[in-house]
Amino acid sequence: MSQYKPGARLRSAVCTTEVVVIAVPDTVTPVSCGGAMMMGEGEQLSDGVTLAPLFADGTELGKRYSDDSGQLELLCVKPGEGSLSVDGVALTLKGAKPLPSSD
Amino acid sequence: MNVMMLLEMAAQGFGERVAFSNGEASMTYGQLFGAAQQAARQLKSRDCEYVAMLGVSSLALPIGLFASACAGLPFVPLNYRLAAKEIEALLQRIQPAWLITDRERVESRPAGSGIEAIERQQFIDLARAGHDGSRQPAWSMDQEDVGVLLFTSGTTGAPKAAVLRQKHLVSYIFASVEFGCAAESDAALVAVPPYHIAGIAAVLSSVYSGRRVVQLPNFSAGEWIKLARRERVTNAFLVPTMLAQIVNELEGEASADMPHLRALSYGGGKMPQSLIERAMALFPETDFTNAYGLTETSSTIALLGPNDHRDAAASQNPQLRRRLTSVGRPLPSVEVEIRDEAGAVLAPGQRGEIYVRGEQVSGEYVGRGSSLDADGWFPTRDAGSLDEEGYLFLEGRADDVIVRGGENLSPGEIEDVLLAHQAVADAAVFGVPDEQWGEAVAAIVVIKPGEAVSTQELQAWVGDQLRSSRVPQSIRFTEELPYNEMGKLLRRVLKKRYQEH
Repeated sequence: MSQYKPGARLRSAVCTTEVVVIAVPDTVTPVSCGGAMMMGEGEQLSDGVTLAPLFADGTELGKRYSDDSGQLELLCVKPGEGSLSVDGVALTLKGAKPLPSSD
Repeated sequence: MNVMMLLEMAAQGFGERVAFSNGEASMTYGQLFGAAQQAARQLKSRDCEYVAMLGVSSLALPIGLFASACAGLPFVPLNYRLAAKEIEALLQRIQPAWLITDRERVESRPAGSGIEAIERQQFIDLARAGHDGSRQPAWSMDQEDVGVLLFTSGTTGAPKAAVLRQKHLVSYIFASVEFGCAAESDAALVAVPPYHIAGIAAVLSSVYSGRRVVQLPNFSAGEWIKLARRERVTNAFLVPTMLAQIVNELEGEASADMPHLRALSYGGGKMPQSLIERAMALFPETDFTNAYGLTETSSTIALLGPNDHRDAAASQNPQLRRRLTSVGRPLPSVEVEIRDEAGAVLAPGQRGEIYVRGEQVSGEYVGRGSSLDADGWFPTRDAGSLDEEGYLFLEGRADDVIVRGGENLSPGEIEDVLLAHQAVADAAVFGVPDEQWGEAVAAIVVIKPGEAVSTQELQAWVGDQLRSSRVPQSIRFTEELPYNEMGKLLRRVLKKRYQEH
């Protein structure tokens, strides 16, 4: 899963969502969006794949999503209708810890 | 990782919003994204390995910074206040480079010098001219790519070039800014120069938060006040000497009359307690934040937030009130330790050197490699201590310490006592070689107009409040002390001058 190194970009096969990998654990399970496996750069989108209603909660621009371990972290760089999951389990929104602006 | 990713997201999320304005000129996030890519195309077609900028802030700054990142080249903003010879020496170290600068400097550039100079407005126009329709350039996401080189003033010898890689810049932004958190009506007044880490951080933070930047290329208190009111500025960053000038200018008036100014952050130098107290009184509705950071740490590593300011200012307890002079607590994303000269970690309350570790910490210099220790800790060369609750207090530079008869003396401690004397307007203390003690304490003092005081009186004044070892052996008087444009006292310059007479 070489496309899963930090900085790698993944595109949804069923919606406009794109994410960038921020952190990834040693053993990687493929990430899905809208129920369909996400494509790495250069991979072709296949036809006939549709957005699964169970994973249609949307992915928001600028938000970070992680799995339960927190070792997998993805940043949404293009929003879309599908929601992210690994092994059928939805990824959760990483809470923002707002700091006062300092620059 | 690449800061272009941050700009791409901004263009996606709020592309129509104004990103930067400078006088009458302005640019949206979408336009900046396009301009950065167009300028990157130009960069790639030229034989250059660096993109340098020499001059006051303008729209060329964000375009140059992001275009460099897009092209995978280091961006090198240079200190335009340096002498011509010093600037030339820096340019020699970054060849071949494309240099964005003002007309006079372009015209005086010798041909074939390894530096191709372009006039600032020409660069902006070229970048904004729209692209030729070819595919968007992809940018490298190699987090090791060098994003920015910043020359830090050397204590001896040539300035060191601090290396900030894309990983440092991006991780700093992720740790300290929430994407798109600014409202469309927000505006940040940025008066710090492009060659200071605060100037670079301001560009990145504002883009990621979606907060419009109003640039003030040449600071004066009067201009700052006018601009802040006219543009209904909501956020501002200042160095202490700028704040002092603004406070002086405003204190004659009934109120600061800046109802939109919600947040004022400051850093880059020591903030005197009396100044922050005066500023808080003039701007009672404004949130104040003290941000401590270094070039080598991609700017802020510790913050004293608005609540900390208010709690300390309102407190009768001297321990709590003292927090007003602290630089706050480390960001959640970094670790801070205080160590003694042997490298042992010190307990709260003990003074030593500040060490920091985190993803945003570089500590690398061109040609010198990394100054991080084996466990990734960076020695800041700042002296300080942590209190019981983790608040960090700065106590000058570790290497400004005077070693007198085996005892370490802090110049700051002695300066504070001198400054408390009613006749003293300003004071600097440093060590000078001494046969008996190794180093002796010397002081240079500026007397307030209309006042008079003798060396003996001041020595007695210090002796009454501090141990005798801290009494300056010699005191000289002068008209004013040397500061750099960021408000940092240049003790080394004083030391040198003292020893030459």
